[in-house]
Order: sequence, then C-alpha cells, then structure tokens
Amino acid sequence: MTLRMTMPEQVATPEPLEPLIYELSVPGRVGVNLPVCDVPAAPLPADLLRDDLKLPEVSELQVVRHYLKLSQLNHAIDKGFYPLGSCTMKYNPKLNEDMARLPGFAALHPLHDTEGAQGALALMYELQRWLGEISGFEAVSLAPAAGAQGEFAGILMIRRYHLDRGDTQRTKILVPNSAHGTNPATVTMAGFEVVELPSDERGDVDMNALKQVCREQGSSIAGMMITVPSTLGLFEEHILDVIETVHNAGGLMYMDGANMNALMGIVKPGELGFDVMHYNLHKTFSTPHGGGGPGSGPVGVNAKLKPFLPGPVVDILEEASEPDESPLYGFVMPSKSIGRLKAFQGNFGMHVRAYAYIRIYGDSGIRDVSRHAVLNANYVRARLMDTYKIPYPRYCGHEFVIEARLDGAESIHALDISKRLMDYGIHPPTNYFPLIVPEALLIEPTETETKETLDEFIDVMKKIAVEARQTPELLHTAPHHAPVKRLDEVRAAKQLVLCCAPALPGAAD
Amino acid sequence: MAALNYPSDLKYAKSDEWVRVEGDIATLGISDYAQDALNDLTYVEYAVEPGAKVAAGDAVAEVESVKASSEIYSPIAGEILAVNEALKGEEDTINADPYGKGWLVKLRLSDASGLAELMDAAAYQTYCESR
Repeated sequence: MTLRMTMPEQVATPEPLEPLIYELSVPGRVGVNLPVCDVPAAPLPADLLRDDLKLPEVSELQVVRHYLKLSQLNHAIDKGFYPLGSCTMKYNPKLNEDMARLPGFAALHPLHDTEGAQGALALMYELQRWLGEISGFEAVSLAPAAGAQGEFAGILMIRRYHLDRGDTQRTKILVPNSAHGTNPATVTMAGFEVVELPSDERGDVDMNALKQVCREQGSSIAGMMITVPSTLGLFEEHILDVIETVHNAGGLMYMDGANMNALMGIVKPGELGFDVMHYNLHKTFSTPHGGGGPGSGPVGVNAKLKPFLPGPVVDILEEASEPDESPLYGFVMPSKSIGRLKAFQGNFGMHVRAYAYIRIYGDSGIRDVSRHAVLNANYVRARLMDTYKIPYPRYCGHEFVIEARLDGAESIHALDISKRLMDYGIHPPTNYFPLIVPEALLIEPTETETKETLDEFIDVMKKIAVEARQTPELLHTAPHHAPVKRLDEVRAAKQLVLCCAPALPGAAD
Repeated sequence: MAALNYPSDLKYAKSDEWVRVEGDIATLGISDYAQDALNDLTYVEYAVEPGAKVAAGDAVAEVESVKASSEIYSPIAGEILAVNEALKGEEDTINADPYGKGWLVKLRLSDASGLAELMDAAAYQTYCESR
C-alpha cells in the first residue's frame, strides 16, 4: 500500500538531494541480462500476478551510484566519531563480515537438517556458553531478534516462573526512572503494571522508596527491571542491596544488558544475583547496529529460569565417543519454554559475527574492551567537566551524561549543541535522555576510538561552548554543512508524509 | 528565554500539573515549567472520557513532545466533566497558553482533601528552580 499525504501549498518542498530510484527509471532499460531459461517455465499462480506493481528499470551502474550517494548522505561509524550514548556504536571489525560470508554459514538454509549443519550448531553452542560465562549465567538462548525482544522474553519468563509456582498475585514490575524507555514498554506489553521508582541525589535507585514499595506491595511484585550501569552511566552503588530487597519480596531481578560494554570481564550479573538479562550483540559484541542490522538480543538466565528459556536452544544430543570427535549437536525446546519468538533460530548471521569477535579477543581481551571503554568515557568526562555541567560528578561506566545548559548562553539547548556537532563531522550524542536530566546529552565514546579522536571531540565541544556565548545564532541555525539543514521536528511529528513512491499526478488514491 | 510563569491563584503538583478550583469544579493542565521542559508539544491523548470517575494519582492524559511523552495525572479525585478537544491538532496551544486555552481536563471534585497536599505558587516555584 502506498500512503500519500499532500503537502500544504504554502510550504515549498525542498529539492531532493538524490532522486528516488523510480524517477531514474526508463521503460525497457535492464540492469541484468538473465540467461536463456534451460528448464521448462512453470506458470506463476494467477492470483499472485499483478499489473500495478511498478518496478524501477535502471542499469547496474545507476543502481550502484544511487545507493552509494545515499550512503554518503549518512553518518556511519566507518566515516566518523559516533558517541551515541546507550547505543555502543563501536567499530564493527571487517573480520566479522568475512566470517559471516563464509559459504558454509552464509549459504546454509535454516531448514537444513541439523546433521548436515553441525558446524553452525557448534558455533551457536559455543556462543551460548561464552555469553553465559561472560555474565555468570547458567544458560543462554540466542533466539531473540533484538534487545527489546530479549527484554520481552525475560519478562515473559519471570511471569511464567511465578505462574508455574501457582503464584498468581504478582502483577507489578518495578522500573527505576532512569530506565531505558523500552523497559516500561516491555512490562506493559507482557501484561504487567509498571511501578516507577525515583532515583536518589547520587543517581542511584532511591533505596528508601524501594524498601517502602516492597514492604507495602511486596506480594504483588513480580520483579524489577534495572540497567547496570544505569542510563546515567553510573554503576548502581547499592546493587546488592537492591537485588536482596526485591528477592526478599519474592520478585525476580531482570538486568537490561544494554550497558554490558562497561562490565565484561569485570562484573558478572549472574553472580551479583540477577535472575535474567539480555545481551545486545549489536552493541557490546560489535555486530552492526542501525541500518546494517538486524539486531540480536540473546537472553541469559540462572538455573531457576532455565526451563523457561525461549527456544530453540542448541544442546549436545550425544557426547563424542572418541576424544578427537565432535559431539552431536541439535536443537531442543526447554521443558517449560515460553515458546518461539521468531522463525528459525534467531539471527544466525549475527551469532557468527559475535562469535568471531569474542574468539578474536579471548578472555583477557574482552576484559580490556570494557576497561578501555570505561577509561575513554572517564577521560572525556574529566576533560569536559570545566566546560559543561556534569550532574552526577562521579566515576562513570562506559558513558556519561552532561546537562547542556551554559551560563551566558541561556538560549542554547542540547539540540543546538548536537546540531552544531554535525558541522564538525561528529554524530550527536543521545539527546534528552535519560529523561531525569534536563537538557541531557548522553555521551558514549566506546573503546575503539583513539586518544586523538577523543581529543578532537573534546576540542570541538569546548569550541561550541565558546560559539554558544559569542554567536548563538550559529548554533540555532546549525547544521550548516550537513546534507540537510535544521529539520522542523514539530512538523515532522504532526504531519506524517509516508510515501514510498512518488505521487503521480492524477493517480487515484 | 522569557521567565517562567507561576500564577498565584493555582495549586501545583510535584509532577507538574496545575489545578484551578472554582467552587466544586477543578480545571487541570500542565505548568509553564512542564511545557518549557517538554519543548514543542505534538500530541495529546486522553485516558478518560467525561463521566469517568478518577482517584487522586490516576492518569488522565498523555502528552507527547518532540522530546518525550509524559503521562498527566490528576492530583485530585473527582468526576471528569470535560476534556479539551480543541487541543487536538493545536497542541502548541499548551506551549503558548498553558494556564488558559491549554487546559486539559475539567472535573467535579468528589473529595477536596487531595488539594491540601498540593503546593502554592511560591512553593512550586522554589521547587522548580531547585531542579
């Protein structure tokens, strides 16, 4: 279906930077010459044939240039610094791509019989084991397609755990106000009620509020979802106390693993007492994040929740009989599984990339990833402290938040600073999140950047602070050197233009 | 930026709603501080219809801006008399006139005791300036 909305006449539509591929189309032009068919042609089912499906008719070179130009309009980690807090936009090693393109992986059909796909299953089995080892969990399922689906799986497991014990009173999940927006959304989707917890003045969970909620509503609490380090980039100082308090009330602890880049090889959430967490392979484990996806959001659990894991998971069906032989791997559904989350076995191409990443680094290298991520974030934070307000001035994890309000530049907002950063070829940090910090800019440099890049970013941020005071208009109207100038966000939100093909004059709607 | 406005005839909740009481009728909206923090509002959706009974702390609406979406709670108990349908498509009215045409719901108070917990303008201003 093509949705079209007409632009109001008084607003001029800007010239597109690159025409749509449909506009490059010339009837009869072909990009690929198919060989003469050497098998009898089979008729297509009549009900699948249609005349109104317009396909672009373009040459191969036109296609290549079109998409190269579009890609050049984008910012990407391969092109420049990308300190987008909470997203861990680290470099994705090209070796991962090589491994994922090995024909034995890339050409493997998901319905191939498992006896003939033992290499792929062995890779998944090892990855399950390594992810379990990294975070201290008993078992891992690679099935969830992305972080939000991992969250959903985790909360469904908590739900099933309570119901399985006949405990049907537990309808609430605690969520701190510094949580990722997906957390309350997950809770609601899983049919639970969100109970929001305030943060204390140091940015940690307000223990008094938590204890009060557990005292008053303990028997109705199914669990708590918490991100560690928090979205303020802070390691939760009372985390053991938080976990014990919720466990004592009978609830389970869910850790949002989005910020695992600060913890690998240093802290194991399973050993802290968490019952379940999800991993974002597309953040922590260097699989593509964004346009290059898809994502992958495995879940790890302790023994309590193991029977409820989403399936299928890879297990050893038959141990090897000789020392130099491999065991027989196969897919199994855990005994009380919450079921399938998607077709087949999760996003296998991402499993290959994450496997390659962990394999290359090894255990001490994985620890260095987190140590360098934390070091880089603290270096940038310390050097920006004199220029920008840091609302929680303590050591941070892999990211930190600044409050983008500058004395003597009262008209400048976080958004203006972000837009100006684009003029210097830097992707803006996360804006206006976490919500509990006014004018928040959440900065995550990651471990893959050099000190020179960090210094350049710091210099640019300091320069922008000077510009904010001397020439605020320069920031208000930024970006000046990006492919598109300042976008009208209000109009974009209120007046949707959903159009995947140019609206032809006179075309029936 | 213009200084924020805290009219003295209103009561304020910690979650940034204001209440105007006239007899047993209360009008509710979001404060100047809230609209300024949220930035340009783009969407309003009501969680209640006229006739609905709400308890203190119940969500009555959700507002969305270019920055975030926020639930709006009624700090007082009562029966919903009206919701401001005129804001639909004209959400920037809340930015322009948060205490006037930008009102969200009107309700008939069923229990005036909740009002005692609200802040007066001076206390609310002090609270906002400390955030």
